[in-house]
Amino acid sequence: MRIVIAEDLALLREGLIRILRANSFEVVEAVDNGPALIRSLTTHRPDVAIVDVRLPPTFTDEGLRSAIEARRQIPGLPIMVLSQYVEQIYARELMSDRAGAVGYLLKDRVTDVDQFVASVRQVATGSTVMDPDVVSALLTHRSTDPKLLELSPREHEVLTLMAEGRSNAAIAARMFVTEKTVSKHSNSIFTKLGLKPSEDDNRRILAVLAYLEG
Amino acid sequence: MTDNSGTARSGGSSSSREGSGPGRVARSGPIPRSALAQRMSLLGWSLVLLPGAVLGAVLATLWITSISIVALGAGIPLTLLATVLVRWFADLHRRWAADRLGEPVPARPYQPTPDAGWPVRLWTILRDPATWRDWIWLVVNSITIWLSCGLSLLFFVFGVAYLSYPLIYQLTPSQVFRTPMGEGFRLHSVAQSFGLVPLGLVFLLLWYVTAVRLANLNARVIRALLGPTEQARLRARVQQLATSRAETVDTQAGELRRIERDLHDGAQARLVSLGMSLGLAEQLLPNDPQAVQQLLAEARESTSSALTELRDLVRGIHPPVLADRGLDGALKALALVNPIPITVVTRLPGRLPAPIESAAYFAVAEALSNAIKHAQAQQIRITVEFAPHRGGAAGELTMLVSDDGRGGASIDAGTGLRGIVRRLAPFDGTLTVDSPPGGPTEVRMSLPCVS
Repeated sequence: MRIVIAEDLALLREGLIRILRANSFEVVEAVDNGPALIRSLTTHRPDVAIVDVRLPPTFTDEGLRSAIEARRQIPGLPIMVLSQYVEQIYARELMSDRAGAVGYLLKDRVTDVDQFVASVRQVATGSTVMDPDVVSALLTHRSTDPKLLELSPREHEVLTLMAEGRSNAAIAARMFVTEKTVSKHSNSIFTKLGLKPSEDDNRRILAVLAYLEG
Repeated sequence: MTDNSGTARSGGSSSSREGSGPGRVARSGPIPRSALAQRMSLLGWSLVLLPGAVLGAVLATLWITSISIVALGAGIPLTLLATVLVRWFADLHRRWAADRLGEPVPARPYQPTPDAGWPVRLWTILRDPATWRDWIWLVVNSITIWLSCGLSLLFFVFGVAYLSYPLIYQLTPSQVFRTPMGEGFRLHSVAQSFGLVPLGLVFLLLWYVTAVRLANLNARVIRALLGPTEQARLRARVQQLATSRAETVDTQAGELRRIERDLHDGAQARLVSLGMSLGLAEQLLPNDPQAVQQLLAEARESTSSALTELRDLVRGIHPPVLADRGLDGALKALALVNPIPITVVTRLPGRLPAPIESAAYFAVAEALSNAIKHAQAQQIRITVEFAPHRGGAAGELTMLVSDDGRGGASIDAGTGLRGIVRRLAPFDGTLTVDSPPGGPTEVRMSLPCVS
């Protein structure tokens, strides 16, 4: 799987490269600023890009804006955004084209290497991955929604994991239940929230996130 | 008071207090003149100021006459002309008084005259309190000048006259200069006139002793009557506070941004990197123990780097040693970690209020790093001294950083000293630099302490 990395701190750039190579990714280029990122993405057209939010030259959200710009030029280009802080507003901007294939994670999540690698692969295959911090912020934001209050604790848990971008199979493994049980919960959730049920994991995730974002 | 000097030093705080009196001005002046030359120059000024006071009285009369004939029409241009003259005359005196007292020349207190017709201009001038203060000064000055400059001149003239009375007696015809002290005392011979010589010495001594004081008295009268009013002073103060507040806010915001950047790129990144190493090590453990060992070593390194960065950051915010030991201990600790020999002398009454301590510490630290960076000094000396105002805990903290380097430092040359000025401004602190090319350099900072 071909990958482009944008990270300005050499320490973290090297760490990422090492982790990805150890997990048989091909790092085609590692850049350290916004303009170089856009150039690299349009030239290499990688399977997925891992992008730090804050990049030179502005040291603001240069990375995020460059990623969004690159996706405008190459629709659906899978982007995994990493940051030392997560902001809901950034998550919203990233998902605004409703095309999926985006991820937004705290840099801390990289330390769980297996989970991180799985998330990168998920984004590369068109799924959406949201940091648990973003999801819990979304749920807090919607905590007075009567429809969400109707959910049982189990359903709430399923909803949370779904919003983080997990497939039914992954949720089942995580909750030590069968995939069928998860499927039952998710149908119930979709009914209670008034969403159109879907057999496709990616569509389900997008629907849930869209609902939570309001 | 604890005298924590690193080297033997005599002289208590009471002798250093005198430094804040008017004498300090002469010390910081460009060329210290000899006492006699200074008095002779003041004598010269008396010869200018006394006729000036007479001229002033004429001006005051002219002015009030012009106003009284405003109704006749010709009074308006005449008043405007007289006003210009009076203001020019007052400005000359303001400058003289400020120079004498070693103070900055106060701003002109007059309201701007609108570029309009004569009646409007006249109205503005008449409504301006400064106009009337000028007039009062002209009248008062025409009297008080004789008690200050006039008296001084009189002492001198009498002194010289009595001292040279035998000569005068000899050279003048017998009808004049025979009654030096009025009709009751008549001289009959040159020998008798020698009796007046000691009196001449007394007068000259009197002149010598009082000359500076009387001139200063005159300057104070001028300052009191022509200086800025309370309102003008407050306006200037508000302006100054607004500027310093804006600078403080800017500096604070910049500091916070710097701290955020330092954390983001420093300790936080190190911790993420540490996590990455550990994560990868965990993943590789079953298959590649060799690589794991390498990763663990890197992880340990990351930890200590993160700690170092956090420590440096904390030191930049509020050094722990400052919290523990106060200004005295913190400055000594600062001196120890520098490559150049640094003498630290402090005279402090225990701990000062925390904001003062912090401002003083960073001011000295910046001045010190400035000296180390630019001065090529062999020796640096830090003197920090607290001088209490009479009867109270309030006082003034003076910090001196002097080096034997190449000099040429100035507030406008680099950002270093300007930064200190900004740091001290919220406390009404000041900074002056004495740094001739070739050195030595002395940076003098002071912080008033209110509580």
